[in-house]
Amino acid sequence: MWDLCTNALDTAQLRGAAYADVRVMHLRQRDLTTKNGQVGTLSQSESIGLGIRVLANGAWGFASTDRLTREGVAACAARAVSIAKASALAKRSEVVLAPEQAYVDSWQSPFRKDPFEIPLETQLSLLLAADAEMRRVKGVTLTETDMQFRKIDSWFASSIGSRIHQRKVISGCGIAATSFQGEEIQKRSYPNSFGGQHALQGYELVDSLDLMRNAPIIAEEAAALHSASQCPEKVGTLILGASQLGLQIHESIGHPIELDRVLGQEANFAGTSFLTLDQLNKLQYASSIVNVVADARLDHGQGLGTFAYDDEGVPAQCTDIIKAGKFRGYLSNRETAHLVGLDRSSGTMRTESWNRLPIIRMTNVSLLPGAWDYDELIADTHDGILMETNRSWSIDDRRYQFQFSTEIGWEIKGGKKVRMLKNPSYSGITTEFWNSCDAICRFDHWTLWGTPNCGKGQPMQTMGTGHGASPARFRNVRIGTAFSNQ
Amino acid sequence: MKSTAKSSNASAISRVPASELLPERELRRIVDTVLRLAKSTVAEETEVHVDEIANALTRFANNAIHQNVAEHGLTVSIRTVVDSRTARVTTNRIDEDSLRATIEASLSLAHSEPKIPSLLPMPGKQRYSRVNRFIKQTAALSAEDRARAVRRACDLAVKKGQVAAGIYSNGQSQSALANSRGLFAAYRETRSEFSVTMQEDSAASWAKANSADVRAFDPQKLAARAGEKAHLAVNARELAPGRYAVILEPAAVLDLVGFLFYDFAATALADKRSCLNERMGKQLFGQNISITDDVYHPLQQGAPFDGEGLPRQRVVLVDRGIPKNLVYSRAAAKAAHKQPTGHGFALPNEYGEAPMNLVFGGGDSSVEKMVASTDRGLLVTRLWYIREVDPYEKVMTGMTRDGLFLVENGQVTGAVRNFRFNQSLIEMLKNVELLGPAVRATGEEAFEMVVPAMKVHGFHFSEVTKF
Repeated sequence: MWDLCTNALDTAQLRGAAYADVRVMHLRQRDLTTKNGQVGTLSQSESIGLGIRVLANGAWGFASTDRLTREGVAACAARAVSIAKASALAKRSEVVLAPEQAYVDSWQSPFRKDPFEIPLETQLSLLLAADAEMRRVKGVTLTETDMQFRKIDSWFASSIGSRIHQRKVISGCGIAATSFQGEEIQKRSYPNSFGGQHALQGYELVDSLDLMRNAPIIAEEAAALHSASQCPEKVGTLILGASQLGLQIHESIGHPIELDRVLGQEANFAGTSFLTLDQLNKLQYASSIVNVVADARLDHGQGLGTFAYDDEGVPAQCTDIIKAGKFRGYLSNRETAHLVGLDRSSGTMRTESWNRLPIIRMTNVSLLPGAWDYDELIADTHDGILMETNRSWSIDDRRYQFQFSTEIGWEIKGGKKVRMLKNPSYSGITTEFWNSCDAICRFDHWTLWGTPNCGKGQPMQTMGTGHGASPARFRNVRIGTAFSNQ
Repeated sequence: MKSTAKSSNASAISRVPASELLPERELRRIVDTVLRLAKSTVAEETEVHVDEIANALTRFANNAIHQNVAEHGLTVSIRTVVDSRTARVTTNRIDEDSLRATIEASLSLAHSEPKIPSLLPMPGKQRYSRVNRFIKQTAALSAEDRARAVRRACDLAVKKGQVAAGIYSNGQSQSALANSRGLFAAYRETRSEFSVTMQEDSAASWAKANSADVRAFDPQKLAARAGEKAHLAVNARELAPGRYAVILEPAAVLDLVGFLFYDFAATALADKRSCLNERMGKQLFGQNISITDDVYHPLQQGAPFDGEGLPRQRVVLVDRGIPKNLVYSRAAAKAAHKQPTGHGFALPNEYGEAPMNLVFGGGDSSVEKMVASTDRGLLVTRLWYIREVDPYEKVMTGMTRDGLFLVENGQVTGAVRNFRFNQSLIEMLKNVELLGPAVRATGEEAFEMVVPAMKVHGFHFSEVTKF
């Protein structure tokens, strides 16, 4: 693979590139699903190719190919340089990159069980058994299970001399039960909605989930939701379960801190951000108990945003985003770091595949644990609603106003969960919401959740991001808006 | 074709050739190789899909190109059947050893699963209607052509004191689908797209077009239109949330009604996750709503065959407000004692089928006439981040974006801060007062469809944001 990289870099520089970096990537994926006791999807795929990014005449060009011959790679590199020169026809300034060292390294994400070595029969039989457990519950009309495994090898080389090989093994697994009754569809998922939990782990992730114990629980909840009371519409106290809080972090902190959005580079598609450059180190983003980091290091956990180097050859880092409630940092790359006074990229350039340009992406954007025991938090809540497991999510294109709904809610009265609520939802303005946080649970309730499906960029790229969170409480939140009909 | 590799001057700008697709005979060669190799295995049946793309996209922001990409890729996807079991394996390596290994991997996967008693034999040879959606001018658009058009749009923005952002893309693709029972289908098409956001102070507006034929739209006109609306969007004032009459431009209609497409899948009804469960044949929408799935419509794109190689049929889904028909894959059709309609996804899958080429019936109104007919309402340019809140009542939430305007006494009187909506699509399609002509619309939430602008009364906005 290094020969292909060298060939591409040499060609690009010969054609006039002032800088070039190249990624050869080999992606392998296995997808298994069941539905109503039958195997649904049973597929595997592999893809290998090369993408090269070049700076020529002060502008960017990128080209990719799956023709991995000497001629094919050279033509691809030459094309990238020609595209960069075309870009220069409509440039306003020269691209300037923050300095970075050259690295020669090889890294593999840790895993105990290679999911591609686990017999398929074992994987399918577990899914079918969990599926059967859910179907045993009266009132359940649709059962679904899934597993997804990926193994990604990438060989990164740049014209400043870096040669970095990384191998990542990613696993995901989840189950869901749906109940249609009367004029209502209710659904419960485990351990999270939209495909379950995903992490930079091997098959040990699946082993840790205990699907068989949880399958009947969610199935019974799905059926029971039909007779639960409607979540009331009011302004009140909200406790969010950890997975829902993970998505709240993703949408209302993770995206607005992306510096490409802030600088208008996503204005046509993904949107911009309310976090204009003048807000850095000034904005009271959240209450003083809130601390958020963007941490790609293995020390933070085996999340979907964990790696050793980003796809621009910058080592993984931990960046303070919110410290004691104050806004402290953005996600940057080598091109944008100097615009916020940094002399180095924060290492967040990531690409979905060999045929996509690396762009600024969340790594693991996590809320650090607080001081509360979960049972004590519930006991301390006189009147509130606990919401768990995301059902829908939406936020405006500058990341101010959001609305989320969850699969299930619980009314809390006098420090106790007293009854199930259906169709829960809440909404708010990002900074008002985070400033209303008055309790965050401890590390023993903290999970590094994986969001496997974050879309951004044109052409669209899907990326996995990590979000550590433990349950937390928020005051004076607008509740029940999604189902209000005023 | 002239190659950029011949340029020896590092600063010279030479024409970047559009990447070319393989000739169809090459796709046939790959298909034949797979089917030949599979004969020497235990596979009882074999299906092969070959898909090739060559795309390019120029992205601009802050009145300059900041990203500019091109890609070429070819994948071979093989499904085998053995002993009532089936599985699919996909690769982008096309040498004979890799194709043989892919067939073996597919068989290995299939051997690992339980038997599927309902698995149907693959279909035999089919006949297809021809559609011509490969436009050589689109395929030939170069990086320089795109850059010059972008430069003109950016210059227009600079001249008006505005900031432009967007994309200009073109591409070509081809597919071949064959199986061991003699079925062979092939299709190629081109695509092009220009999307532009013009920003003025804290306001913005947007315009976008998409076509197989790059000559079907004018990037300069789209940029000018977005610029004019961005200027109108300055100094937006805040209105109270509530129910308003709305005039939805086609992109806004598309991104909402696009969420209905899967509800018309027979499998979705069998799974009881469609909003049409127990509602087929009833007057669900207004009598002015008719919806057809029609891949052959001149404003549509896509192959005239489905994921199993069956010819796509034109299906009337809604006739004067009444859901009449569903679409069926072969398996869903057999389970329901119906005929397949050519809308199945590639097997194996759990979703069955879906109509991918929706065409709404239009009317004789226009956005201008709708504005003139409105005492008080809102003109909506586009919608954003739409998600399903209630799958059975089809309540959707989302935001307005890039130009929300107040209409008073038949005229646009100013800009309004963006609203969040929580609106049932079923209710919305009961409340349509006026329809414009159906056009090919393109947004960001749904794939392109043919839909009209609509005037709708009682549209529910629940909250307002800060801009």
